Amino acid sequence: MTNPNPVSGSPDKEPATESQAAQNAVGNTDRAATTATAPKRPEGQPRPSLGRLFLDNLWAANTVTVTVLAVVLAMLVGAVLIIVSDPEVLATYSYITARPADAISSSWTVVSEAYANLFKGAIFDPQASGFTASLSPISETLTYTAPLVFTGLAVALAFRGGLFNIGAQGQATIGVILAAVAGFALPLPPVLHLLVALIAGAAGGAIWGFVPGILKARTGAHEVITTIMLNYVAVYFLAWIIIQPGVHSPTRADAISKPVESSAQLPRLLGSDLRVHSGILLAVLATWFTAWLLNRSTVGFELRAVGENPDAARTAGISVTKAYVLVMVISGALAGLGGSNMVLGSTANALTPEVVAQIGFDGILVALLGRLKPWGVLLAALLFGALQAGGNRMQSYSGISLELVTVLQALIVIFVAAPALVKAIFQLRAARAARLQTSLAKGW
Amino acid sequence: MEPGEIHALLGENGAGKSTLMNVLYGLYQPDEGEILVDGKPLKLKGPSDAIAAGIGMVHQHFMLVPVFTVAENVMLGAEQVKGGIAGFLDRRRARREVAEVSERYNLRVDPDAVIEDLPVGIQQRVEIVKALTRDVDLLILDEPTAVLTPQETEELLTVMRSLKAGGKSIVFITHKLGEVKAIADRITVIRRGKTVGTASPTASRDELAALMVGRSVRLTVEKQPANPGRPILEVAGLVVDDDRQIRAVDGVDLTVHAGEVLGVAGVQGNGQTELIEAIMGLRPVLAGTVTLDGEAVHGWPTKKVLRAGVGYVPEDRSVDGLVKEFSVAENLVLDIYDRPPFGKGLSLKPDAIAKSAKERIEQFDVRTPSADAAVGTLSGGNQQKVIVARELSRPLKLFIAAQPTRGVDVGSIEFIHSRVIRERDIGTAVMVVSSELDEVIGLADRIAVMYRGRIIGIVGPDTPREEIGLLMAGITPETTDAAAAPAPEGPGNEDEA
Repeated sequence: MTNPNPVSGSPDKEPATESQAAQNAVGNTDRAATTATAPKRPEGQPRPSLGRLFLDNLWAANTVTVTVLAVVLAMLVGAVLIIVSDPEVLATYSYITARPADAISSSWTVVSEAYANLFKGAIFDPQASGFTASLSPISETLTYTAPLVFTGLAVALAFRGGLFNIGAQGQATIGVILAAVAGFALPLPPVLHLLVALIAGAAGGAIWGFVPGILKARTGAHEVITTIMLNYVAVYFLAWIIIQPGVHSPTRADAISKPVESSAQLPRLLGSDLRVHSGILLAVLATWFTAWLLNRSTVGFELRAVGENPDAARTAGISVTKAYVLVMVISGALAGLGGSNMVLGSTANALTPEVVAQIGFDGILVALLGRLKPWGVLLAALLFGALQAGGNRMQSYSGISLELVTVLQALIVIFVAAPALVKAIFQLRAARAARLQTSLAKGW
Repeated sequence: MEPGEIHALLGENGAGKSTLMNVLYGLYQPDEGEILVDGKPLKLKGPSDAIAAGIGMVHQHFMLVPVFTVAENVMLGAEQVKGGIAGFLDRRRARREVAEVSERYNLRVDPDAVIEDLPVGIQQRVEIVKALTRDVDLLILDEPTAVLTPQETEELLTVMRSLKAGGKSIVFITHKLGEVKAIADRITVIRRGKTVGTASPTASRDELAALMVGRSVRLTVEKQPANPGRPILEVAGLVVDDDRQIRAVDGVDLTVHAGEVLGVAGVQGNGQTELIEAIMGLRPVLAGTVTLDGEAVHGWPTKKVLRAGVGYVPEDRSVDGLVKEFSVAENLVLDIYDRPPFGKGLSLKPDAIAKSAKERIEQFDVRTPSADAAVGTLSGGNQQKVIVARELSRPLKLFIAAQPTRGVDVGSIEFIHSRVIRERDIGTAVMVVSSELDEVIGLADRIAVMYRGRIIGIVGPDTPREEIGLLMAGITPETTDAAAAPAPEGPGNEDEA
């Protein structure tokens, strides 16, 4: 799989497919330097320097560039929204012809302040003093990131297996229920208790993934429909079970369950003042596991083959039905772990109707933004986690509603999903076809 | 091009034929050079310019809307409306146009038939009708026979002759030498994007083939007489349904011996596909038995059949044979990824996969930029070589190849054929299913002809083409000459007509 050397052969052995000829032509018409990409370089020619390769790749409209530019574009649109939604700033525009400096400076102030707060809330606040305060933004970011990694991986894995798992929300919901119940109902010693609670959460998600998987494999029922419907079932099941005796908190009148025992909670990483907990470590572990599963395991080979071409997979002796069920079970288990994070971590310690927030649906965005690659999902989840954490500060300090963050997230994903748009705006070479689009189309 | 001329454009896959024609049709812009129509240079910005200039094209892959009727497809893109601002589609007029064109060029199509119900040959005819209703003078047919049965090909050639009689010029892109000789007035051979020669249809097949690939090619497969051993594959009374639950294989008996090639000839759609899929465990066996080297294998899952020593080249490589997005290396282990040395327990061994890929690429002359290139970027011939390399790189008892050289260039055909014979010579039982009669005759030691789900006869490879052709059409000669078969027995030739 890792063979950077071109196949040795006489010059007349070059393949002459039309698509390659076309690719070469595209490369040649533009910057001459960019034509020396690794696989097509004839032998004997000196290897271009690493820096050159880096620059070439950066400008070759690759996925990283597009993603970064998508973020920039989204923030520009967000800036317009911030200006428009601020009545004071908007007022300066009524006399813009008379005193344009007013409008410009007040717009700049409100936008820069908002984004500065976003940054301070998510990454680092230069004014903060002391260990806890300076690490607080990162801690918040990682806290929001952890569950999104799990649900993002869940959606990405299913996607690679050819299934559009819209049900991460439902799977996370069942996961959170089982994890919480195991967390307060089982009298177990500390480490074991946490382990059991996590396994319960994963099992809950796996069961909720198994159902659409088996339906798809046996009856051909479309997984988009079944998973969406199971989301409703899961959400209302959660609302119902919270108020059942034995689950409902005896000391509270509102819909909240008993709290999870401390023995089943994910330990905090940086002391009790900072919310970041070991869920983020589990998330990294899960990312590594998913990457290994997809790229380095026989199971992953089967899943990918089935995802790309089920007919060829079947002909090669791979059981397509088995692969569909398996991918949904693993995907569900990952989503279930994401759900467990919401009740075993520091965001909450008891079931409420909103305990899973939107992590399942955000997971779809994270998976797409991460280009369905495990490590990409991790980075995308970090970005979303940062936006969430920064958004909280932006709301409290700049008075800009948290919904703007949601709008920003949506815009980023839209721009990423339409790479042609970003490339057109930034005049990038159309070097690579957008894989995401094709995989999206295939999902349906 | 002259009016009323059929000009064949001959070249290997990837030689640049289709690209040239796409330029002519305005889909691609030329980097240099110009196109002259009636002596005047022509700038084509898109297909609509080309149509206006009187150029029409029938693509290799049809551009029809499957759920529309013939008339609707023909009017698509040039819809006639009536009723003024209300803009009702003038379906009646479209139907009339279809009927007129059909009449004039003897192209029988039903204007009200829905495309998806029509056989491929008729769909192609619809494409031609569509081009003709646009009043074109020059018609480009891009590999029109690649998807057709021999009969449909014959009909297409007749249509082309009547178009020619009607004064239309035709550019006929192909890599099949026989058709070129049968129909073309002039032949231009293209290799690696350059015109390498012009020939008249009287040139011999060998001359044309040599022009095409740039060296002389053996069109007849060189082989020693077969040395058949014990029976490896025995099929008895096999009954299989197709996807629509219609009986496709209706009581087939046949035997393939070690060290022989059994060719299965027949017009496409007479049950060959279903027969093979049933043997491979891809399709349920409703009755009868399949025995592999003494062991009943019907009802086994495909993986088990493959593991038992069966190599299989499926008939549609892009659908069933390859995962196009996967690399060449991954496709080379598509059915053995979980066996040592490629997979151990749950983990894959990328180094072993890469090493084996390198060897296979070398051995089977797969022309790819690297083992990591996606298989979909290779030419058809090289894709097919990847499949053949995969299937022939493990010890086999039985090798089944369905349409092993469909849509493959001459050079690769030669290579694949020699590999098939080599496999036979090391004692593997080989079964070749092909709708190309030449291929079956060239490779096979015995030929089984399938017709409507049954083996209508088993004959020797020396049997005259005409006789096999008649069998393919379902006509059994009174004297089924069993003596012609060199094999010790022919369990399928007793039968039924």
